Amino acid sequence: MKLNLTMTEKLIYQAQIYVTLRPSVLDPAGTAVQSGLQHLGYDNVEQVRIGKYIELTVSAASEHEAKEQVDRMCDRLLANTVIENYRFDLLEQQPSINK
Amino acid sequence: MKFGVIVFPGSNCDRDVAYVTRDLLSVPTRMVWHEETDISDLDVIVIPGGFSYGDYLRCGAIARFSPVMPQVISHAQKGKLVLGICNGFQILTEVGLLPGALIRNRDLHFICDRSPISVERTNLPWTQAYRAYQVITLPIAHGEGRYYADADTLAKLEDNGQVVFRYHRENPNGSLNNIAGICNLQGNVLGMMPHPERASDPALGNTDGMDLFEGILAATANAYAQRRLSHQEFVEA
Repeated sequence: MKLNLTMTEKLIYQAQIYVTLRPSVLDPAGTAVQSGLQHLGYDNVEQVRIGKYIELTVSAASEHEAKEQVDRMCDRLLANTVIENYRFDLLEQQPSINK
Repeated sequence: MKFGVIVFPGSNCDRDVAYVTRDLLSVPTRMVWHEETDISDLDVIVIPGGFSYGDYLRCGAIARFSPVMPQVISHAQKGKLVLGICNGFQILTEVGLLPGALIRNRDLHFICDRSPISVERTNLPWTQAYRAYQVITLPIAHGEGRYYADADTLAKLEDNGQVVFRYHRENPNGSLNNIAGICNLQGNVLGMMPHPERASDPALGNTDGMDLFEGILAATANAYAQRRLSHQEFVEA
C-alpha cells in the first residue's frame, strides 16, 4: 500500500441543510401529526411543522467558499423560497487516509 | 402551426395531449424529449401532467433544470404560447414563468375527480371559445394542487385579471382564492391544474376541455392571418 502524501488544497465539508415551510404557509401534514401526538396524550404539543433535512458534502478551498456555494444550491434548487425557508450548518470533515 | 409536447422522465399525460392535438384536431404535433435544445419549429408548447423526475424534492423542481427549459423560457419571452397542465403548471411556477407555488392539498389526499370550474377570463387565446364565467367540468388529478402565493402576489394576480380558472363552489384542495389556473401578465403562458386533454374526446362523455384547444387554434390562425396581411401590406407599400 502506498500512501498518497500530497495533500490537496481542498477541504471537505458536510452541509446539514434544513428546509422548512414559511410560517405563512399552512402545513396540513404538520397539523395531522400534531393531532396524532395529541391523541397519544401529548396534549401540550403545538406548532408541529414538517420540513426536509438534506445532507451533502462539498469540497471547497475555504469554509467561506463552501458556504456561498451551498447557499446558492439552496436558493436555486433545494428550497423554493416562495414557500420555504432554509438554513444550514457546515461541518469540516477529517480527510480519511486509509482509502 | 405545430404543437410540441415536452416529455420528461415521468411525464404521463404527454400522449393524451398529443392524441387531442394530432388525432382529434389533425394539427402537426411533435413529442419533444426534455434533452432537446432546438424547438424553434414549434408554435405552441404544452408541458403535460405526470410526475417528472418522480416529483423528487418538490413537484417540478428538477424538471426546471432540464436542457429544454431555457428554450421554453425564450419561447415564452417571444410572446408565443406555453400551456402547463397539472405537473406542467407546477414546473412553470418552479421555473418562474408563473408566480406562486403549488403545494400539498389541504386534506393531504391525492384527488382524482371531476371538478366544476368557472372560466374567469375569455379575452385570451386559451379561453376565447368559452363564455365569460361559464362553468365547465374538468377532471383533476393531483396531490399537490393547492395554489399558494403571498398576499401581494395574490392581490396583483386578481388586479391584473390573471386568474383564468377558478374552482366553482367547492374548493377541492384548499387553493387560495379557489385558483385552478393562472396566466402571466401578457397572457401567453397558462398554467392549470385541471386536465382539458382528458375532457376532449366525445367518446369519454365530456368535451368541455376541447374548447381550450380550439381556442388556441383559432388564436394562432388569426395570428398567422395578421402576419400574412401585414407582410402583404409591407410588400405593397
